[in-house]
Amino acid sequence: MYETHVGSPRSRVDGKLKVTGAARYAAEYTAPDLAQGYVVNSAIAKGRITSIDISAAMAVPGVIQVFTHQNRPRTAWRSKAYQDEVAPPGTPFRPLYDEKILYSGQPIALVVAEDFEIARYAASLVRVTYEAEGHQTDLEKVRMQAYKPPKTRSGMAPAPDRGDAEAGFGASPVRVSADYRIAIEHHNPMEPHAATVVWDGDGKITVYDKIQGVQNTQSYITHVFGLSQDDVHVLSPFVGGAFGSGLRPQYQLFLAVMAALELKRSVRVTLTRDQMFTFTYRPDGLQEMSIGANPDGMLQAIRHDVVSNTSTFEDYQEMIVGWSSMMYHCENVSTTYKLAQIDTYTPGDMRAPGAPTGMFALESAMDELSYKLGMDPLQLRLRNYAEIDEATGKPFSSKELRAAYQLGAERFGWSKRSPEPRSMKEGRELVGWGMASGMWEAQMQKTSARAVLTIDGKLEVGTATADIGTGTYTILTQIAADALGLPMEKVTAKVGDSKLPFSPVEGGSWAAASAGTAVTLACNTVRETLFGYARGMEGSPLANAEIGRVAFRDGRIELVSDPTRFVTIQDAMVAGKVHRIEAEETGSPSRINQARYSGFTHSAIFAEVRVDEELGRVRVTRVVDAVAAGKILNPKTARSQILGGVVFGIGMALHEESMMDHHLGRFMNHNIAEYHIPANADVEGIEVIFVEEHEDKLNPIGVKGLGEIGIVGTAAAIANAVYHATGKRIRHLPITVDRLLKVRDAA
Amino acid sequence: MNRFSYARPGSVEDALREVSSNPAAKFIAGGTNLVDLMKYNVERPTHLVDVTRLPGLKEIGEAGEGGLRIGALVSNTAAAYDERVKERYPLLSSAILAGASAQLRNSATMGGNLLQRTRCYYFYDDATPCNKRAPGSGCPAKEGVNRIHAILGTSEHCIATHPSDMAVALAALEAVVKVAGPNGERSIPLADFHRLPGNMPEKDTNLHGDEIILAIELPEPRFAKNYTYLKLRDRLSYAFALVSVAAAMEMDGDKVVEARIALGGVAHKPWRLPEAEELLRGKVPERALFEAVAERILDGAKGYGHNDFKIDLARRAVIRALSQAAAGTPQSQVDKRIQ
Repeated sequence: MYETHVGSPRSRVDGKLKVTGAARYAAEYTAPDLAQGYVVNSAIAKGRITSIDISAAMAVPGVIQVFTHQNRPRTAWRSKAYQDEVAPPGTPFRPLYDEKILYSGQPIALVVAEDFEIARYAASLVRVTYEAEGHQTDLEKVRMQAYKPPKTRSGMAPAPDRGDAEAGFGASPVRVSADYRIAIEHHNPMEPHAATVVWDGDGKITVYDKIQGVQNTQSYITHVFGLSQDDVHVLSPFVGGAFGSGLRPQYQLFLAVMAALELKRSVRVTLTRDQMFTFTYRPDGLQEMSIGANPDGMLQAIRHDVVSNTSTFEDYQEMIVGWSSMMYHCENVSTTYKLAQIDTYTPGDMRAPGAPTGMFALESAMDELSYKLGMDPLQLRLRNYAEIDEATGKPFSSKELRAAYQLGAERFGWSKRSPEPRSMKEGRELVGWGMASGMWEAQMQKTSARAVLTIDGKLEVGTATADIGTGTYTILTQIAADALGLPMEKVTAKVGDSKLPFSPVEGGSWAAASAGTAVTLACNTVRETLFGYARGMEGSPLANAEIGRVAFRDGRIELVSDPTRFVTIQDAMVAGKVHRIEAEETGSPSRINQARYSGFTHSAIFAEVRVDEELGRVRVTRVVDAVAAGKILNPKTARSQILGGVVFGIGMALHEESMMDHHLGRFMNHNIAEYHIPANADVEGIEVIFVEEHEDKLNPIGVKGLGEIGIVGTAAAIANAVYHATGKRIRHLPITVDRLLKVRDAA
Repeated sequence: MNRFSYARPGSVEDALREVSSNPAAKFIAGGTNLVDLMKYNVERPTHLVDVTRLPGLKEIGEAGEGGLRIGALVSNTAAAYDERVKERYPLLSSAILAGASAQLRNSATMGGNLLQRTRCYYFYDDATPCNKRAPGSGCPAKEGVNRIHAILGTSEHCIATHPSDMAVALAALEAVVKVAGPNGERSIPLADFHRLPGNMPEKDTNLHGDEIILAIELPEPRFAKNYTYLKLRDRLSYAFALVSVAAAMEMDGDKVVEARIALGGVAHKPWRLPEAEELLRGKVPERALFEAVAERILDGAKGYGHNDFKIDLARRAVIRALSQAAAGTPQSQVDKRIQ
């Protein structure tokens, strides 16, 4: 059997570049005469700037210019021009637009200097006076002003009610009703945001931006600054993590481009770690969840009502409640999703936006229900297994969640669980086993790719998506290598360049399916051309063959039935009198299948915690995550994706929390010494299982995407394990020592 | 970060001269905290005096009565792994290893560790008021985000904590800080080295601006058997203590001859209460006694909202640490299970 690259574990093709430091990130590009910018941020949350004195800063030797709302160059005046590809409905934030302060940390000045330290020092000398207005950053205080967003964010699937949830709940013999909450989280990718804008002369710029979509950045720049596409070349070949924080162009980009165009000089603006807390974040939500069931465990009603926070200028929306109408079979479901405005920047997509939030409520409530029923939590889920997507009535394109439950439970040893809370103990520690389900959209977006085969047997494929550390370079290389029967070393994948064929932003777990399909299609066209030359050769051994009967292997096109009959790629190209074969193709999701099927990835997560109850200390000692995500292109990078997602989930469950001082309207733990993410010691055994799942409806390559699913149910599984260990139900994440000590009695 | 000049003197005398002529000068050794503070505009020295090449401060040597003298420039790593320290003062070794990360401990020095500044969010953020950073500007932490703040010895001006783990162990061990200044050398008992905030929260220590730490001296070792350093934090490693306890006992058979208990993460300085320690003298250690000791230590503790839990947590931590010390089963800094 010939081993394909796709489906085999392969090391990252960019691994060596990364570990040797040869991979360059946005802030690492340089240019002759590069100036450095440093941002001054607002100290107040709401009001206006009454004066801004830049004289002391300007007097520092080496300072080139200090930009403020008073002296900034003209940019587009219509707010629509600032609306990027991912923008939610509303009026996008415009840096240095006027004297108004919309949130604490808002950029209010940019100091540009000959070097970074001069700029940073001069920034400390900018004197600002404000007239503060009363701000509000407390979601609970604005809960009563919550509203249904008048304009739905594009791509948000509706979650229509069905049946009569109120009556169903009222008639249910067994009921759970509780409020759940997570904490606001900031993305904190390892690489802080930065933009290096190289002045190419003549109004043209080359931009290295920390972004998940170069063409989104390019289009933002052209609209805001009135440039033509030819004037703006955007690159982000490497992105040091983003988790959604790089979907929308952020203020470092605007400021760097503004300064470069005005100064006619190359400018770099790098944000500090603290400044990474001055733009987007995962919103909080006040969640009310009610589930009613019959004594046999059959769900009778689900109600999920959420008030989530947005900014005062945009209606950011994410799917928090929709999962409650799809995850389980239930005839009576009602959900509401409302927004309330607080004086912060607009929240944004953060790894599986909405899903871990909503699933924390749903899967905690299901766990609570299981105890009320006296039923095993896994049995309860199997009892209510959704055979179709009940929100739309469509069948799933594929759904091997049942197998995921089974394999995950087996590997974890779930059958050995003692059902009573507080019944498992080892040494001083209480041991708890909890589980949860996960679900995420399997999407594909229209994407184009180019493939170029040259006579030296090298293949280059490219599309303008991004590799944010997920392994996109590697899987595209695998796909292309298989398509033309080449070793991976002969294939180069290119992403993160606005000159490459069209791609939407990388996000939503759709990059593998979308870019993978586009590369497959482009390579197939090259194959066909090549095969045409091979067949047309004088005395060709493939003269009467059809393309379906040949295989591309080891640089040859050979007859499947008789591999001794072959033509080499070189010979075929010589025969075709060409040195290169180039093809560009566009892949789009099948409209028919989209109308007919619902596409989702699923997961079953099992977690073990050990709790030192007296000291309120929780350790996550074991996680098994069984994932059904269609075809796995590269088990090695795929596993890494899930590991990362699970660690993210551990952080959500136990550590991550952006703490707001409501008096100041400011996030206070704005650095990663005080904003905690899991350290190595917090991560013990994580086992990833990929369940066999045949997928042939969503895209030609059978891929569902893995970026988000790893986090989705993880926090819920851990919270459920904490309950099983201690009898304490923590409904507000993260489960920190103070929350654990506060809950004294078994629920 | 402001502009500053830099000097690297070759002798303690020259180093002292560099700072005595310039009140805005600062010594720098490992720089693991000072450089951060300069980037945040919290510290604005105009002159940095690099002390890392000063002769004679990097040694660990014998002091009287079996004690040790650890030079101010000995790295935290070198001290923690020194055979003599491990054998005679395992409590100190354990506390050092409970702090920071391997990389930071490699750079950080013993003297610098004592002088690290609070992790109060407001202190680090120069867009907010802070009496410690900008005297007289106010203390928003009292009504703000204060889950990491102090519960003991606070003042209306400041509720910050001292973040060092090492200093907590040194307080329990009754170390002495040897310093040199323009008028010669003097000794400051560790207990008097750090200050409570009072109405001068900007002053962390009783070290004068023109003095330099030469060494830390440890007295006769008595607590190498029954000790523990228990650190409770928001994750299992690499975080500052919410509450930590250094506990040590000298035993005679099954009775306590002398006990030492110092708490970290609860006050502006390592917190000791000798009268609570006295409760253990001559007694057979047991849980009820530990509870009484914990109650006594926390008597008068005051929470500010988010940090109310620290009172309860500190009580529990003291009880556990005393059981660990009495049993001779010190907390491992590697295995995250708590005995």
